[in-house]
Amino acid sequence: MRGKLGDRLLHGYTWLIIAWLTAPILVMIMFGFNDKQSKSNTSWQGFTLRWYGELFADGSLTEALVSSLQIAVISTVLTTVVGTALGLALGRHRFRGRGVSNFLVFAAISTPELVMGASLLSLFVSGNTPRGTLTITIAHVLFSLSFVVVTVRARVVGLDPSMEEAARDLGAGPWTTFRLVTLPAIMPGVLAGALLAFALSVDDYVVTSFVNGSTLTFPLWIMGAVKVGIPPQVNVMGTLIFGIGVAIAIANAIASRRRA
Amino acid sequence: MRRVRTAAAPYLLALPAWIWFGVFFVVPIAAMASVSLTTGNLLEGFQQTFSFSNYADAIGQYHTQMIRSLVYGGVATVIMLLLAYPMAYWIAFKGGRRKSMYLFLLLLPFFVSFVLRTISWGFLLADDGILFGPLKSAGLLPADFHVLATEFAVIGGLVYNFLPFMVLPIYVALERVDPRVIEAAYDLYASRWAAFRRVVLPLSLPGVFAGVLMTFVPATADPVNARVLGGTGNTMIGNIIQTEYLTNNDYPTASALSFTLMAVLLVGIFVYARSLGTENVLEAAAR
Repeated sequence: MRGKLGDRLLHGYTWLIIAWLTAPILVMIMFGFNDKQSKSNTSWQGFTLRWYGELFADGSLTEALVSSLQIAVISTVLTTVVGTALGLALGRHRFRGRGVSNFLVFAAISTPELVMGASLLSLFVSGNTPRGTLTITIAHVLFSLSFVVVTVRARVVGLDPSMEEAARDLGAGPWTTFRLVTLPAIMPGVLAGALLAFALSVDDYVVTSFVNGSTLTFPLWIMGAVKVGIPPQVNVMGTLIFGIGVAIAIANAIASRRRA
Repeated sequence: MRRVRTAAAPYLLALPAWIWFGVFFVVPIAAMASVSLTTGNLLEGFQQTFSFSNYADAIGQYHTQMIRSLVYGGVATVIMLLLAYPMAYWIAFKGGRRKSMYLFLLLLPFFVSFVLRTISWGFLLADDGILFGPLKSAGLLPADFHVLATEFAVIGGLVYNFLPFMVLPIYVALERVDPRVIEAAYDLYASRWAAFRRVVLPLSLPGVFAGVLMTFVPATADPVNARVLGGTGNTMIGNIIQTEYLTNNDYPTASALSFTLMAVLLVGIFVYARSLGTENVLEAAAR
């Protein structure tokens, strides 16, 4: 009897935490509809769809969002290719440098973002490298690389090597084997890694703030506007990104359930 | 010919990642170490003088913020552990067929940008915001009541932002516990509490370890929460390093501070791993 009560308390507690975690999201969505008159957007002043209509009214904000998406796409492609290659090597082969590779992957995940950004800036300052889109992309590839390696490696380890052997026995060359057998089999891991890399890139503030020069990404633009007041367009963009992300996640979950 | 190609394959596959890690991770850390020992300024350039006094000066000037960061990060981590464990426990053992739904809800905040999530907390906690505004006009709270710009707001923000990273590893560890082991404990007349303390809790410790690692390091080094939710009295070391690098262009001091932060965190992790009796930090974290 006591056990049942304890379970019910824990059930309620779990929902309480979930409610707490979701509260700021609801606030963000709500204030995208706020018909604010004054400069600050912290008190509710009535419902409007105005900000959805004037979504791209602020040129610099739109520009920041576009560069965020551009950087995310380029760095995701690079990270996925480079990371998948290392993931394959680590999951499939025994070679010199395996231990060092595993250590680098772990070290890059556990280094504080702040230290990563600061050290990259030290490098760029020492080399007089101009900061901008290029240096941001380099940094984003660096901090997402390990995550792609880890997801791909996990998938490769779980793979049955006899499939590739069969392909080779049937006369397929290494490239054909990779394209027709290995790649399709590890695809879920590659896609998961790519999605993670994209999400990390779009979201990053700390590392980017060190290497951006005068280029602004979406998170940097928002941080720059914190003390003067966030325009409601930011809430609308956040709401749209949230909606698209959740829709993709749900579609993916349904698709994988149907496959199973 | 064929054999040569096979032997070279792992090296060719690993090479691009090695170059990336080498040029943009290992070399920069070395560059930072080198910059931290230079003297000079942005206009006249920085000369390598091996002046270790940079460290003494930096720590002397900013030890308050350094200690404050460790305290905020530590308190936030303990709160996260206390909040996360019961939730992870319930999802792992009682979640049933809805487990993946609960995990999805737990990860929902990650679909909103970190910066924007933190700012939304600022909205919620604003002095005249939707939470405190009505309570104040109803006279339930004194007019000068505020949470923003206090340590409560900053630590609360840290807990909010990193909580899922504590729940997930603990959940994974608990999920792997074989229910038959717990049944065996009951069969041997263990009480519910004894079964938890002597069977479930020890088996979940690797998850707790990973969770603490994944939350304490980023929480301590985070500059966003202190900037958005804190006041001038809540500045953390992350804010100082950002300002020294980006506003003051005092690269030696900033590098020395970054290096000190990394060293302190590494030592912290090491001591923590030792106290838990974990032989190999890397191995435990990798699990």
